[in-house]
Amino acid sequence: MIVVMAGTMSLHPFRGRALLTVEHLSCAVLQDISLVLEDAEPVSLSGASGSGKTRLLRAIADLDLNTGSVSLDGVMREAIEPQTWRRKVGYLPAESRWWATTVGEHFRDPRTVAFEQLGFGHEVAEWKVARLSSGERQRLAVLRLLENRPRVLLLDEPTANLDAANIERVEALVHDYIVGTRAACLWVTHAAEQVRRIARHRLVLENSFLAQVEAA
Amino acid sequence: MITISLFDLSLAALLVVALALSSLRIYPVIAGQLAIAAVRTAIQLTLIGLVLKVLFANSHILWVALLSLFMLAVAGREVMARQHRRFSGWWGYGIGVVSMFISSFSVALFALVIVIGNQPWYEPQYAIPLLGMLLGNTMNGIALALDRLTSSASEQREVIEARLMLGYSQQEAIADIRQQVFRTGLIPIINAMAAAGIVSLPGMMTGQILAGAAPVEAVKYQILIMFLISGGAGFGTLAALHFGVRRLFDERLRLRLDRLSGEA
Repeated sequence: MIVVMAGTMSLHPFRGRALLTVEHLSCAVLQDISLVLEDAEPVSLSGASGSGKTRLLRAIADLDLNTGSVSLDGVMREAIEPQTWRRKVGYLPAESRWWATTVGEHFRDPRTVAFEQLGFGHEVAEWKVARLSSGERQRLAVLRLLENRPRVLLLDEPTANLDAANIERVEALVHDYIVGTRAACLWVTHAAEQVRRIARHRLVLENSFLAQVEAA
Repeated sequence: MITISLFDLSLAALLVVALALSSLRIYPVIAGQLAIAAVRTAIQLTLIGLVLKVLFANSHILWVALLSLFMLAVAGREVMARQHRRFSGWWGYGIGVVSMFISSFSVALFALVIVIGNQPWYEPQYAIPLLGMLLGNTMNGIALALDRLTSSASEQREVIEARLMLGYSQQEAIADIRQQVFRTGLIPIINAMAAAGIVSLPGMMTGQILAGAAPVEAVKYQILIMFLISGGAGFGTLAALHFGVRRLFDERLRLRLDRLSGEA
């Protein structure tokens, strides 16, 4: 069954507590998107490339101009400082950017980061960014994002460059984080297998419309 | 003092003509630009010479102010024209003009009223050349700085946004670009001061000496001018950076490259 969640359609009631509420969000390519993310209930988002998945995540993180209302825990986005908003609503882009020489410089306090959770030793903080593989960058970017202790995770294909063992590590880390801190999560992925593993609720973006696919 | 005849000038002009002809084969566009710039310098300087002659004859503050504002307006246009990607709308013009006004005019006023202390302070023989020197150098600094700011911001968009995503502040997100831009704005005057007297004899001093002034007096004026210029160019660059960075971000701390014109 597909429920179109655009315009005035009501949202399918989940069992958790609504954490992030998006209503009538529109930006350059998206029209009137509404969705709810509940705590400890990861939601997957898929859709053809170019359908606007990244645009949607960027708009929620308030990186692009957008209209509509977005609220976190009942507090409107406009009432929260943009810096605070982005720490609480953490967006992980498909390709991470690194600007300083060493890995550690990209963390607020590398001594407190649990690098071993994604298979790194603590000396990774001293590693040169230029010598990281794309998979290492991707895993470190997840740790960098989680350092802000976000309430909502917006993950844009966080495991696209990883091998099976590391995909499992990242999935487990995110799962533990979401359950442990009762955070919400919107996870963009193309892999049907992954959708089944990580999320009970699935959203599909098609022609700028959001559709919800019932859990089988 | 030996006066220069028109014939003398046309001999010097032959140099430019020869250069334009030589560059025709390498890069014809530059040859055209060179020719136009040479004609412009001859016409503009002749006109300003006539204007100054009239102005010196009846030094009224109103005329001095009018000419100053005209110079500022032209400098503002020049700053805008030198931007590869400029702020669209009035901002493109306004940021440059306001920054030059703040720095050049206040430094000129400071020099005229406090340092030189001429009576009246707006005596065009001092005010106009001083302001011209300040504007010219400030204009260079500001044009370089703004150009560097907007081009760096568009080139490094993804890094700036990566920092914003992680909850960095506007200052943190653009700190390294700010440093580079400030350096770009100040490097010309730093180099000029460092090389003055050893590698190069500054133009103003040379002019005074050629016109028969005592070298030590000419040197004192040149040092004064150098200090004034570094103040003007430095504070002008700071002001342009301040306004430019503010305009690059909006109230929700988004990087707004759509506020720049030109190709992305």
